[in-house]
Amino acid sequence: MKFQTPAGKNPIDRMKVVGKPHDRVEGPLKVTGAAPYAYERHSVIANQAYGEVVGAAIAKGRIISIDLAEARRAAGVIAILTAENAGGIGRGDFIFASPLAGPLVEHYHQAVAVVVAESLEQARAAAALVRVDYDRADGVYDLSSAKAGATKRASVPDAAIGDFATAFATAPVKLDAVYTTPDQSHMAMEPHATIAAWDGDRLNLWTSVQALDWAMRDLPKILKMPRDKVHMSSPYIGGGFGGKISSMSDAALAALAARVAGCPVKLALTRTLLVNNTVHRPATIQRVRIGAARDGKILAIGHENWTGNLPDAFVEQSTVPTPSLYAGANRLATTRVAVLDLPEGSSMRAPGEAPGMMAIEIAMDELAELLGMDPIQVRLVNDTQVDPSDPNHPFSTRQLAECLHVGSERFGWSKRAAKPGARREGQWLIGMGVASAIRGARTRTSAARARLDAKGIVTIETDMTDIGTGAYTILAQTAAEMMGIGLDDVVVKLGESDYPVSVGSIGQRGAASASGAVFAACTKLRQTIAQQLSLPEGDVDFVDGHIVSGGRRIPLGKAAAAGEIVVEDVLEFGPEMPKKYAQQAFGAHFVEVAVHASTGEIRVRRMLAVCAAGRILNPKTARSQVIGAMTMGVGAALSEELAIDTRFGYFVNHDLAGYEVAVHADIPHQEVIFIDEVDPTITPTKAKGVGELGLVGVAAAVANAIYNATGVRVRDYPIRLDKFMDRLPAVA
Amino acid sequence: MKPFSYERATSPADAVTRAAAKPGARFIAGGTNLLDLMKLEISTPAHLVDVNGIGLDTIEKTADGGLRVGALVRNTDLASHAAVTKGYPLLSKAIVAGASGQLRNKATTAGNLMQRTRCPYFYDKNLPCNKRDPGTGCAAAGGYSRGHSVIGVSGNCVCAYPSDMTVALHALDATVEIMQLDRTTRTLPVRDFHLLPGDDLPVGEFALKPGELITAVVLPKPVGGKQLYHKVRDRASYAFALVSVAAIIQPDGTGHVAFGGVAPKPWRSDAADAALPRGAKAVTDTLFADATPTDQNQFKLTLATRTLGAVLIDAKAS
Repeated sequence: MKFQTPAGKNPIDRMKVVGKPHDRVEGPLKVTGAAPYAYERHSVIANQAYGEVVGAAIAKGRIISIDLAEARRAAGVIAILTAENAGGIGRGDFIFASPLAGPLVEHYHQAVAVVVAESLEQARAAAALVRVDYDRADGVYDLSSAKAGATKRASVPDAAIGDFATAFATAPVKLDAVYTTPDQSHMAMEPHATIAAWDGDRLNLWTSVQALDWAMRDLPKILKMPRDKVHMSSPYIGGGFGGKISSMSDAALAALAARVAGCPVKLALTRTLLVNNTVHRPATIQRVRIGAARDGKILAIGHENWTGNLPDAFVEQSTVPTPSLYAGANRLATTRVAVLDLPEGSSMRAPGEAPGMMAIEIAMDELAELLGMDPIQVRLVNDTQVDPSDPNHPFSTRQLAECLHVGSERFGWSKRAAKPGARREGQWLIGMGVASAIRGARTRTSAARARLDAKGIVTIETDMTDIGTGAYTILAQTAAEMMGIGLDDVVVKLGESDYPVSVGSIGQRGAASASGAVFAACTKLRQTIAQQLSLPEGDVDFVDGHIVSGGRRIPLGKAAAAGEIVVEDVLEFGPEMPKKYAQQAFGAHFVEVAVHASTGEIRVRRMLAVCAAGRILNPKTARSQVIGAMTMGVGAALSEELAIDTRFGYFVNHDLAGYEVAVHADIPHQEVIFIDEVDPTITPTKAKGVGELGLVGVAAAVANAIYNATGVRVRDYPIRLDKFMDRLPAVA
Repeated sequence: MKPFSYERATSPADAVTRAAAKPGARFIAGGTNLLDLMKLEISTPAHLVDVNGIGLDTIEKTADGGLRVGALVRNTDLASHAAVTKGYPLLSKAIVAGASGQLRNKATTAGNLMQRTRCPYFYDKNLPCNKRDPGTGCAAAGGYSRGHSVIGVSGNCVCAYPSDMTVALHALDATVEIMQLDRTTRTLPVRDFHLLPGDDLPVGEFALKPGELITAVVLPKPVGGKQLYHKVRDRASYAFALVSVAAIIQPDGTGHVAFGGVAPKPWRSDAADAALPRGAKAVTDTLFADATPTDQNQFKLTLATRTLGAVLIDAKAS
């Protein structure tokens, strides 16, 4: 099926199953521990040995020698993998650092060796006996000092419209400020883990990846073997946030170790290792300049972004939201990239938008203050129904203003004191903040298979994954709606690499793309059934477990009485819709904080997210996604920062004790409202994604609430008390 | 994890005897700190003597009206004991400010005293650390030192002591009962229990000889007053203190105050206590006169004054 024009009326519009807040279909499996995650798949293959990774002790340099003698003699050791016996290692298309160091070391905790032993304890004990001599080289680890040498990448051209310089220079009201966002860690609850087993020249992996198609593209390249000799299974994933997008070091190392060990190898990256071993969200420095008229209308907006990474690797493109967010005739967006020798930076939940909006949405708060306007009003004044960079490119849907209005009403925005520092309860200063949210509503070609058996059970198979998002449930709902059956009569099977290829769980594309694939497969199943039963075209419906045609009601399973019906279809998203429409999901975040007037302790008291994101396929799982994202936003605002030791070139706080994410005590009342919306230009189910939208803007809303509470502006995340305590009003 | 041997002791004397028989032996009670360190091979004891079955798990009144807390009383039980919430609310508040419910259920009184530092360089075996590997140096000095000590440090070690409970015990003038190798008992003011790093290696931490066993913590008679514990951290729960203040404020403005998060042990002095009636700044000026902060942890000095200021306001208001 091709998707080239807006979706018309279709069976999903019945909304009998879709749009209902169903519990997760795999929920009982998860809460009873019966859903096995990669490391727990004890029975998939016999004789699993245990791999333990030895991480490099330097950030940059060469391995002079590795002494394995003592480790080899240790109890239970089967084999030790190093670059010496690994064979050739190639490079995938997503991660640029090698999974295995030697002789070059590219970053701290890059694997130097994997010790394989009969038990985890033995592997770990022996790993501690591996002695490595290094020749340490100097590296560059600090973005602020590397910024001067940052260069333009061909893949990230400057975006200039109108005459920014002149318009900014002559604007009556000007804001010019620099904001910084730190390196952040995905810190999924489930560490990266893989079981690898060779069967001759075939490789089986039980692993944890978000996009199997990318993992299947990249791992064979790393291992220099044909794709069709690899199978991956990843049905349950304990969080990814971009940290498991493709095949990461755990899969390559397990496969290589299994080859040298001659037996299946099970390997998980320890929490203390994975922070520097895998990937993170790179830090940014962002200069935002906004020139406005006295009425608040933006005349010029400039967003300059500096970031860093290993050569050729990912670019954190903070300017991504800027062209689409607010109106304004004169615009400039640039990104410059420095080469850093830190661990590799990569995608983390809402790459681009998340760090970009951390800056832009504080800037809008500052602009509001310069104008003496309400922060919501400034955003409304600059709202637009066409792409600010191209007036002939209307938004498919854009309900930002509606989100702000509804949120303002529901949150009690009118109670916010316009003057900062004006509201006090005991020793606590109280403030409210707001921020807009925007995230691209993109899709990618995705396929699914649909099976109908004689009992009337419809089984869906696709390599789509569920990383905790609710994919199992929304795809079951989509199939049930299409086939006119209940959720109990649908089975969804995900995460096997030999299933039809989908987008995977990436970039907020999963819900729209994969539900579209299920729509396509079920459409084909409906057609096939009608043909097989010789029903008249145009007079066939699927209702309440029956095929209804010409007054006849045939139980659905009857259609498969002679044998299972199996169909497959791919939904190909053409360039037509994005070309015709600017496609974005929108939202607004509201936050109330209390800041201790003496100590600067910050406590978030209330949060509200209002989202307009197309059809919400399941309000319950969507709400969970947004709440999780809001929680991540609180971490980004207040505590999350990978601390760099610039002498040694590594992230020092590489565990959950040192890298503080928001915990229950930090998260008070959270509310999520979805604005009614269908967007037929995105996908046949008319849905967009919400999982990243829920994060974008949250940190700025927190920052703006802190300013409203205290009158102190902090432009460097995370906003911790040592950055502003001495600027708080004097304590009596 | 390195192989080790393990046995259970049946009484305090039995524990001391068993530990003495095996060089390098360590006692294990709740294990909430030691097991983590063993998994990371930062602590590698060859032998563990499990003391969970030796008694010492009761809280009793002493003859002079104080309280004797057995070494194996769990943190949760201690914090919620009626005699503690009534007579020593400071101790109860400090304990509840630390760790999580699950950890407090498992952690013991003596084990809490014996907590090792949470310095990230101590935890990363690739980096120099005199506390972990004497003579290798201190990576934290000149490194990521935001959470480290501002006073009481040496060139050998700049780490901070993590316990909340012990900060309260300092303000409460508790004493520690220790069974010696000859099975006799000695007592030590809690103020003298933790050692500062100094110029010698290995870095001293606890005034315990190998094989000695903590049997109890003894609290003097309740002193009344407003008792407040204010722990400042980067998130609302489950983090170690940037700065904490344990304060006992009497109606006349006198009292005791101890600070956590600022030094290799809870930090207090009689002179600083004497300055309490003159306000927070007078106390911290006295107590931190010899501070040697880094650029990254300089803020702790301001924060200490501000936190004590907040506590004094709360003491007036409550």
